[in-house]
Amino acid sequence: MTLAVHLTKRLHAGFALDVSFLAEPGVTILFGASGSGKTTILRCVAGLARPDAGRIAIGDRTLFNGENGVEVPVPHRQLGYVFQQLALFPHLTVAQNIGYGLAGVPAAERKTRIAEAAESFRIAGLLDRRPGQISGGERQRAALARALVTQPAALLLDEPLSALDYAIQLHIMDDLRRWNAERRIPILYVTHSHREAFALGERLIALEQGRILASGSPHEVLDHPAQAPLAELAGFENLFAATVIARREQAGTMQCLLTGTSTEIEVPLGVAPDGAGIHVAIRAGDILLADREPVGLSARNILRGEVIDCGMHGSTVVATIDADARFVVHMTPGGADTLGLRPGARVWLVIKTYSCRVARSS
Amino acid sequence: MDWQALWLTARLATIVSGILLVISVPLAHWIVFSRRRWTFLVESIVSLPLVLPPTVLGFYLLMAMGTRSPVGRLWIDWTGHPLAFTFEGLVVASLFYSLPFAVQPIATAFSQIDPTLREASATLGASPLRTFARVVLPLSIEGVIAGAVLSFAHTVGEFGVVLMVGGNLPGVTRTVSIAVYDHVQALQYREATTTALFMLAFAFAVLLAVYGLRRRPLAAAPIA
Repeated sequence: MTLAVHLTKRLHAGFALDVSFLAEPGVTILFGASGSGKTTILRCVAGLARPDAGRIAIGDRTLFNGENGVEVPVPHRQLGYVFQQLALFPHLTVAQNIGYGLAGVPAAERKTRIAEAAESFRIAGLLDRRPGQISGGERQRAALARALVTQPAALLLDEPLSALDYAIQLHIMDDLRRWNAERRIPILYVTHSHREAFALGERLIALEQGRILASGSPHEVLDHPAQAPLAELAGFENLFAATVIARREQAGTMQCLLTGTSTEIEVPLGVAPDGAGIHVAIRAGDILLADREPVGLSARNILRGEVIDCGMHGSTVVATIDADARFVVHMTPGGADTLGLRPGARVWLVIKTYSCRVARSS
Repeated sequence: MDWQALWLTARLATIVSGILLVISVPLAHWIVFSRRRWTFLVESIVSLPLVLPPTVLGFYLLMAMGTRSPVGRLWIDWTGHPLAFTFEGLVVASLFYSLPFAVQPIATAFSQIDPTLREASATLGASPLRTFARVVLPLSIEGVIAGAVLSFAHTVGEFGVVLMVGGNLPGVTRTVSIAVYDHVQALQYREATTTALFMLAFAFAVLLAVYGLRRRPLAAAPIA
């Protein structure tokens, strides 16, 4: 079954949601910064918010149609919704929470289905506990089981895993995928974390200011961001405004001047003409550092700079380098030791042409 | 001890708080959850008795129960006697007088429920009535009990409205607070002391019950 979403909704002055997409069975990530309209889309699909116009349908069942006034009430939409705050009922046990949506089901069958769902999400031992007595990850599992036990036609997840450890997130998503392998329902997964998007999604829809910026596989959209705001969201630590100063068609490259600096950088040839304003995005982990001027390299961008600041973030050394433009560089602690990295040190930055992504300045 | 007045007061307060419970739960639900803009108007009207002098409220109620008012005439046509200076009249007056004491704690309890719990209930297929019975009511039961207890206690303690609407008819409209006043007027200080002490103990017990309930950790606290 396919979830078809076409909707417009004016939220406040200067911000209107206007999106149109199909979500096939499997996980579709709705990706964007907070305030980009992701949650409002979920709420419109669930019927908790009302679009100004448009059509929402699951398979051949219309849930909302602005033209003929069809608006199926929330309780009759048969969609699973997992809220960011989970919204487990605090006064009911885990079993009662899971069974909440099975009101019309005979007692014996209800019991079996609750047990099955609890088994699938590994919380069978917690059925008699209340939400306040179990861990965050277990609550998450209970909320998923509660939404899925009703056999919904689609599942809507609003940043459900953002509060959890990465390892637990992956584990829970594995269980969700296994659950969905035979049922094949569309799952809309809202997140602003590029890491979750990479790890969890089969398809990704990137949103900004209520509009779809790009869609495709997470790899296609986030590794080659077509627009500057998307590059920022996709976790490119270095994002520079730049001007194309020379196109070298035969070499397949363009020479660019980073705005406000005298730094020139070579990037892959794009469609931008000479003199055009673009953005250049570079991942901090894609930049090499050297303590003397490197020679005999294929890399085309070798810049001289000075270390402004360096420190540990988790197990990564994060250094800020002033090479007229400021670059953020990530490396391992071992690498930093070898270089003798400290503020004031002279270094050379080495950046492959293909590590520079060109994004439209939208 | 004026047992007759005590029995009358207990009957009055029980009937009034019972009726108020039935009225206040849906009224509070509407005030808190309705999307209409003029809920504040209804809220203000409900709360009027909190700030209005009881004699003023009693005066208007007395006027409304009189033969010149349509409501008063309707009652006479229906029952054959006027509403003022009867037990029924006292019940009606007390309903108005104690209404905010029932509605406010219930409305406060409703408004403290995490709105996503009601939304979650709806997405799981529950009708608004089922959501109310299974989620809203269980999570605000302390507020509902507080509303019932407070409206009971407040009805027991009313004086001005009773005096205006009910007068002082033994066994019909003579409540405990009127009895105390009466004893003092008649210089019967010993009787006044006994009854007053009893009322003090009762009021304190009620407040202990209400605040004891509130000290319990609220089940409505959202769980993330």
